[in-house]
Amino acid sequence: MQISFRALITALHGMGFGALFLLAFSGALIELFRICTPERSSPFSIRERKFLNGYLIAMVLLAWGAVLSGAYLVYPWYRAVPPLGTTDLAGYPQRLLISSPTTSGWHSVGMEWKEHVAWFAPIAITMVAYVFIKYGSELSRHRQVRNAVLAFGAAAFIAALIAGGFGAFLNKYAPVQGGPEITLMKGTQ
Amino acid sequence: MNSDRQENGPAEMSEEPGIPNGAAAAAILSAGIGCFAVSLCGWLGDAVPALGHFFIFYRPTGPLSGVTTTGIIVWLLSWFVLSRAWRAENVAIGKINVIAFLFLGAGLLLSFPPIGDLLQGK
Repeated sequence: MQISFRALITALHGMGFGALFLLAFSGALIELFRICTPERSSPFSIRERKFLNGYLIAMVLLAWGAVLSGAYLVYPWYRAVPPLGTTDLAGYPQRLLISSPTTSGWHSVGMEWKEHVAWFAPIAITMVAYVFIKYGSELSRHRQVRNAVLAFGAAAFIAALIAGGFGAFLNKYAPVQGGPEITLMKGTQ
Repeated sequence: MNSDRQENGPAEMSEEPGIPNGAAAAAILSAGIGCFAVSLCGWLGDAVPALGHFFIFYRPTGPLSGVTTTGIIVWLLSWFVLSRAWRAENVAIGKINVIAFLFLGAGLLLSFPPIGDLLQGK
């Protein structure tokens, strides 16, 4: 069971950071809704509050990890320029996509959108975490602040969904691969 | 925004908490500005070749490195400035939310390549 170094880093970017960030939203939304509706929810204990703060900080780290690993580790491999005369574009995902009219849109729309909109997620979730940690239970008295924060949280989710969705399709049609092969397990044959 | 202070309507006046809303307002508005800045820099880098070249802060990543770095600097700088101005104040959060969402919405639209291309006349 082998995987190339670039494929491993791409998996870390997409699944280790991006997918975990998206998964974390389900838990965060329930807790954030709870903090915003104190009249209908049980109050937070100090321990629960600390847990939520840590959970949000973890989400912030995941979001920044996703965009930074994407932009500075995976993207350079994606946009690598092949030497003149190269006919096998398997190691040059961007060039492989734009070489055919049936796949060029995955780059010109998918990647071009993903590479910018993805940054909305860490910016928005950093703000969400900051406000929730700073205000804590006080937030229940700031209706418009918490509405804005929840809306920006939703925007972070949508931005991550767009980036993650296109990332999955881009890696399906033109996978980032190359570098040393890493053997994860020996086969039984 | 100074003129907006203490002009809150009845709904907002009921939000007179222990902690002023200024710090949250600064964070919300700057997040909107930051998202818009990333999209605007990306669009400008695409529309103006000289700017696209300027945004190459890290060659392997290309213009995306400068676009996002500049967007983040704009976000953090606006957060710092607004936070210093508003941290001890109660501001008109309703109006600030609207402005923040306009920035966020404009940023989202501008980041979508078909719209960006349309604005460039492509």
